[in-house]
Amino acid sequence: MSTPDVREAITHVHRAEWAWVIAALTRRFRDLDLAEEAAAEAFATAVERWPAEGIPANPGAWLTTTATRKALDRIRRENKRDQKQREARMLHDNGPPEPLGAIDDDRLRLIFTCCHPALEMRTRVALTLRMVGGLTVPEIARAFLVEEGAMGQRITRAKAKIKAARIPYRVPSAEDLPARVSGVLAVLFLVFNEGYLVSGPGTDPIRRDLTAEAIRLTRLVRVLLPQSGEVAGLLALMLLTEARSAARVSASGELVALGEQDRGAWDGTLIAEGHRLVRERLATGVAPGRYQILAAINAVHTSARDIRDTDWSQVLALYDQLVRLDPSPIVALNRAVAVAELDGPQAALAAVDRLEDSLAGYHAYHATRADLLRRLGRSEQSRAAYDRAIELAGNTAETAYLTRRRDQLA
Amino acid sequence: MQYLVSVIDNTHNLITAEEEAAEQAAIDVFNERLQAEGHWVFAGGLGVPDNATVIDNRGEEAVVTDGPFLESKEYLAGFWIIDAPDLDVALKLAAEGSKACNRKIEVRPFH
Repeated sequence: MSTPDVREAITHVHRAEWAWVIAALTRRFRDLDLAEEAAAEAFATAVERWPAEGIPANPGAWLTTTATRKALDRIRRENKRDQKQREARMLHDNGPPEPLGAIDDDRLRLIFTCCHPALEMRTRVALTLRMVGGLTVPEIARAFLVEEGAMGQRITRAKAKIKAARIPYRVPSAEDLPARVSGVLAVLFLVFNEGYLVSGPGTDPIRRDLTAEAIRLTRLVRVLLPQSGEVAGLLALMLLTEARSAARVSASGELVALGEQDRGAWDGTLIAEGHRLVRERLATGVAPGRYQILAAINAVHTSARDIRDTDWSQVLALYDQLVRLDPSPIVALNRAVAVAELDGPQAALAAVDRLEDSLAGYHAYHATRADLLRRLGRSEQSRAAYDRAIELAGNTAETAYLTRRRDQLA
Repeated sequence: MQYLVSVIDNTHNLITAEEEAAEQAAIDVFNERLQAEGHWVFAGGLGVPDNATVIDNRGEEAVVTDGPFLESKEYLAGFWIIDAPDLDVALKLAAEGSKACNRKIEVRPFH
């Protein structure tokens, strides 16, 4: 195998095996920091040796064994420095290697530890991307427009807290599971949205690396928790959103509204998978949670051949269901968009105006108002609303879109 | 592993004698549970920060200051030291403690 091929194979193995290696080492040594260092060393050894020696038959097992050896080396080196710790630490050395059988559960443990509610939300996101996703600290720092040193510190602090406060490496008990799963899903959804709605001037409007990573991790959680409706719902929601991403930004870098997108450019495979998941959940007859309802709304949109073909009464019924679970002003704003299609822009505007107190600082509130005012022929007010939306929007493609719509006003 | 479970009060938290009695009764029930389940190490209530005195003897002579070391609206009103196998168990107990004493709670590893 040529060196570039081996490098590509190592990249692939890294994606597939990183979380397994970290999870197996964390279980054995109960130390995320040690697991991370040793896993990184094992991958570096692979980069050194595989081009000459060839890729082992079972790369995951090779990496876990190598990383375990690296971890033991580290512990011995530390022990030489600190005699007092020696006896306590060497207890770990004598045990036989853990069997590989329960590793799936270990990855799940790893995810729950990284997404523990005692860690701040952004810390959970960073730690999950590092430990489960295998992204490097510089990659995570870039994704969140944070300085590399600050991101490194955030992750180091989190690992220290997990160890010192004894945040458990465990799948939560059945009674805590739903709340903890929704905590994990919130992290994954945040990663996805950060990729899908990138903010900041001069950035790409969509970060496919982040959306792809979020989907990959959600697929992993779905394999580990196949019974969870909300996991399936979030995966479907991501797939049906990702499916439209090629049509969502024009060649000139402008956001394309749903009604104007080239539906032929949507990804049929992702849509089919998303629809299958939504149908599966409907068939269970279990009351859907937030992500499942959002996925169902997206399924209605992606089932329509064009915007006029959209079943708006179905969309509105789903939003009514969502409002009961989540009576937030943002849900009410999105519901108003469906109201506009069914009852006209006047009725929708009345609903939107009621949200002013809570959403005056949110660009989508002004963008929605601007569009409704435009449809009502109230150009002056529409222009003012577009101005405000442009001021508040952080996404470059969205700003370009809003600017064009404003400049087209009579 | 032991955790310090601190009760955080604030100066605006003025309650009637009846409310205080109800809180104390709830705390007693919680304390009995901690003892029965083997989590109890120690607990105590603190006097108001106004009655604190700070002493600093790092220099040549001890300097005595009237009042708490930190002036703030929020202050430590009492604490438990509990024994729990991990943070999940400690947080669960602390959540019940918070309900019982009707105050915010901070959980920290105690060495």
